[in-house]
Amino acid sequence: MIIDFILNIVKFLLILLIQLLVINNIELSTYVNPYIYILFILSLPVSMKPWMVVLLSFFTGMVMDTFSSTPGLHMAATGLMGYLRNFYLQFACSKEDFDGRIEPTVSRKGLVWFLVYVIIMTLIHHVFLFYLEIYSFQEFFRTLFRVLSSALFTVIIIGLGQLLFYRSNNQR
Amino acid sequence: MRNLIFFFYKYYTFILFFLLELFSFVILYQYNNYQRASFLNFTGGVASGFYESVNSTTNYFGLRNINDSLLAENARLRAQMLNAYYQSGFTQTYINDTMYKQQYEYISANVVNNSITKRNNYITIDKGAIHGIEPDMGVITSNGVVGIVTSVSKHFATIRSALNGNTKISCMLKKNNAFGSLEWNGDDPKFSSLKYVNKHVPIATNDEVVTSNYSKLFPQGIPVGRIYSHSLEAGDNFHNIKVELYTDFSTLKNVYVIRNMMKLEQQTLEGNLKGDN
Repeated sequence: MIIDFILNIVKFLLILLIQLLVINNIELSTYVNPYIYILFILSLPVSMKPWMVVLLSFFTGMVMDTFSSTPGLHMAATGLMGYLRNFYLQFACSKEDFDGRIEPTVSRKGLVWFLVYVIIMTLIHHVFLFYLEIYSFQEFFRTLFRVLSSALFTVIIIGLGQLLFYRSNNQR
Repeated sequence: MRNLIFFFYKYYTFILFFLLELFSFVILYQYNNYQRASFLNFTGGVASGFYESVNSTTNYFGLRNINDSLLAENARLRAQMLNAYYQSGFTQTYINDTMYKQQYEYISANVVNNSITKRNNYITIDKGAIHGIEPDMGVITSNGVVGIVTSVSKHFATIRSALNGNTKISCMLKKNNAFGSLEWNGDDPKFSSLKYVNKHVPIATNDEVVTSNYSKLFPQGIPVGRIYSHSLEAGDNFHNIKVELYTDFSTLKNVYVIRNMMKLEQQTLEGNLKGDN
């Protein structure tokens, strides 16, 4: 239990550092802004209490806001995603998943399940975030393009990360 | 009453979510500049410190480029020694003159954090309130304009860069003083657009765009960029102008914050109008 807790803190710090120091510095184009820090919320245990997930989501968003001088923006988007994640998992997971401390990863749930899960959550987060940032539908299609291309990169990076780091779980 | 308690018990996750979401919306849209500044002061000290320590490490990788740019700037400054306006390091220059009273002073600062690909980009610099920086000051480099200071903590300040949907900088064409407003459309960090230039104003590509004399934040005539392309749609009152910015935001290192010493006087005179440009 306590090891899980420490591992999660390490994971949180690691993911945020990767987001802030690596991903934020890619600056490929104004249309590609991947936000992989949502992986922390996505990979929380299935059985975690919904209110805990919501709290952690808002906290993660707040930390991101602090580092990108946008008070409230990431907080609102990540919070919504964390809240909706509960409903998605109830719909997509079996009862056994809720009983054990299972984390929704490729090795536990399979590649297709994981990709669908990540794509849906990323789209929720990115649509909300990018339209909130603009706060108007004036640049609707430009923003939509921005959402889709950023989401694509987010999913690719998260997927690659899963394949790299979580493969060993199969043998355990 | 029992039903009420039951209701709260049943939907506590939603209520928690709703309250926090409301809170984020309030700080996102209802906060004015001052409140934003205090929020960022509260949290931003951590972020700025973090970015500075990262920056002090990554700076080693770019030392050659920084040296080159400093050498180039030194050479250029030596050429204008007579009216020595800038000074390296943190020194504020005053010029005593009975004919000309100095209106602007310059505070040099280093960029510790910067982004160019977001829709709304912000820059963090390593000078803050104790160095005399206040919100709503203009920021330039040796090449051109950079942005406007939004919030200030003790040792750091955040700048709304010109690559931000909310930044509007009052500009004019150098050749005929026609006014316009520089606004970024979020497309390409090398280009911005100049809006509200009347259609009867003759313009051509490569015309130089500089800051206007209406601006309270920038001295008149600070270079901004040059006209890259322009068009005029039928029935439109204003030119559609694409400006190539002189400032290279991707390699921003040293900037100058401009303090307008007569800003307060001008503002009081104009009836406390708090302009954004």
